[in-house]
Amino acid sequence: MDIIDILLTASFWAAAIRIASPLIFATLGELICERAGVLNLGIEGIMVAGAFAGWMAVYSGTGLWTGVCVAMLVGMLFGLLHSTLTVPFGLSQHVVGLGITLLATSSTYYAYRLALPEVTSPPKIAAFQPYEIPILSDIHLLGPALFSQTPLTYLAFILVGVVSVVLYRTPLGLAVRAAGESPAAVAAQGLSVTAIRMGAVMVGSGLMAVGGAFLTMSAFDSFFFEMVNGRGWICIALVVFGSWRPGKALLGAVLFAAFDAFQIRVQQTSLGTHIPYQIFLMMPYILSILALVLMSRRAQVPAALMVPFNKGER
Amino acid sequence: MRLEPIKNPTLARKVTPPLIALSTTIVIASLLAMVAGANPFTVIGLILKGSFGSTFAILETLNRATPLIFTGLAVAVAFRAKFWNIGAEAQLYAGALVTVLLGTGALPWPSFAILPVIVIAAVLAGAVVLLVPALMKTRFGVDEVVTTLLFNFIFLLFISMLLEGALKDPVGMGWPKSARLIPEARLPRIVDGLRLHWGFGLATFSAICIWVIQTRSTLGYEMRAVGLNKDAAAFAGIPVNLVIVKTALLSGGLAALAGFSEVAGLKGSLTLDLSPGFGYTGIIVAMLALLNPLGVIVAALFVAGIFVGADSMSRAADVPTYLADIMLATALLLMVLAIMLTRFRVVRD
Repeated sequence: MDIIDILLTASFWAAAIRIASPLIFATLGELICERAGVLNLGIEGIMVAGAFAGWMAVYSGTGLWTGVCVAMLVGMLFGLLHSTLTVPFGLSQHVVGLGITLLATSSTYYAYRLALPEVTSPPKIAAFQPYEIPILSDIHLLGPALFSQTPLTYLAFILVGVVSVVLYRTPLGLAVRAAGESPAAVAAQGLSVTAIRMGAVMVGSGLMAVGGAFLTMSAFDSFFFEMVNGRGWICIALVVFGSWRPGKALLGAVLFAAFDAFQIRVQQTSLGTHIPYQIFLMMPYILSILALVLMSRRAQVPAALMVPFNKGER
Repeated sequence: MRLEPIKNPTLARKVTPPLIALSTTIVIASLLAMVAGANPFTVIGLILKGSFGSTFAILETLNRATPLIFTGLAVAVAFRAKFWNIGAEAQLYAGALVTVLLGTGALPWPSFAILPVIVIAAVLAGAVVLLVPALMKTRFGVDEVVTTLLFNFIFLLFISMLLEGALKDPVGMGWPKSARLIPEARLPRIVDGLRLHWGFGLATFSAICIWVIQTRSTLGYEMRAVGLNKDAAAFAGIPVNLVIVKTALLSGGLAALAGFSEVAGLKGSLTLDLSPGFGYTGIIVAMLALLNPLGVIVAALFVAGIFVGADSMSRAADVPTYLADIMLATALLLMVLAIMLTRFRVVRD
């Protein structure tokens, strides 16, 4: 297969959208946290916890959407822990975030070992199936790519719009953005910076967990170790790449996923067999770093990102 | 609520919160052991016995602590200057890579020169690996947290590529594993017959050196100043970017020594499972040590003890080893909170 041909197949674009979906959830989650002024390095672990929680719920007999809610709740719990330590207590967001990642990952693996002590290959669940949207899914190329996906993918795209509208068109969104730009101004308006930031981190962490759950409930149908494999860290790069804007972050996630889907296909061509597969696996990470270098000059970092706010302190 | 600094904290103020943090960690671990159906006292007892209960256990703990002292120092040095090096894992493998590159072939040097040359080369390799994110930070303003994290993945894949290609042991039965070091490139044991190598001695010596640098040298002063307040440091005439680059070189070199000592002291060859996350665990070690280089030794022994103890506990009591990681994560989070509470009072509005 020729390289150009790859770009013209519907299955390639469908794969790109599928790979982008968990990244969209988690990137939106991180974006909300950072917009409120909190860097959430718990993202990687929260995705692991979400992936397990959602899958485990469905495996224990709940419905798929209940599983998504369970994942979201677990994510919010870790968000509550993260924000309690970083917001009112103002502890280092780097250290707490990494601690949350370690805690979420290790407790997930502990729970997995306790729940399924004897298994060698992880059991499967009946995961989300693609739903073809009538008429739209018949469009050439675009149809299979955008309109024959699983419900969770549609939800990811809808959420981008919802988060944009809430952030830029509602008083709540203004308060969240102000908490990340000028918390003193928020406090002067009589609003609680602590409550806004904690709420944002909890909602954001919930979305990260759903991103993780996408992996076990939509992309695949079982849970295994090392499943998230750095996707959380890539999402942090995507937030910077998207200049902290939901629309641009979506674009970044799709571009990134398209590249990922592309490299998987190039690996199978005659060109790909001559190159060690590790080179292809490195590409997503190298790409993220390059994107950071390119975008860093133009990035508009929220002014109070990583700055704790202690009322009464000037 | 808000936080109010305490002017002259009493001794009780300084000691109580960390003690509560430690005991809470033990309570949580006990509860989790009960969830797994084990007796918490048995589990804690087994962890203690497995980590410090016999000569064999103590040597095992010291061996496990060795790489953690190096990565803990790497993180402590960097975090002191608020340079967030989360990439000690990559720098560790850089050190290990150089060790097998130079230590497996017949070098044209006399045998007494081989180890010193390897040590210096390993330190340089680790320093260079961290130099890239450091320059990205000082030149382009790219956040080093993400770049150092992503470099871990890139570097591990790079090692995997070499181990399946150029570096693959021709007599390794097809396993992705490097050739073994020549005897002259191995770190000798401290006492004959006891399984403890000179890597531990080198680690302790490094901790003392770093302590001297941090408390007695201009560089140490500059690193602290940059960490406390970058703008004030710049205003006082400290070349902030240069200090960050120097910090990165030092930090990367220290992390690389962990890789060197694991290969030359313990394993003898390079495999992809050389480090079970020593780079990341170094962050816990450094934080528990309050970024103090001498404290890193104690913290590394504590952390290594929990890991070694949990390994043998897991075999005996059938509780997953991940209990150790949960304990460390909990200890880390509670400790940073406790240390803050030794200096601040929570006041209700």
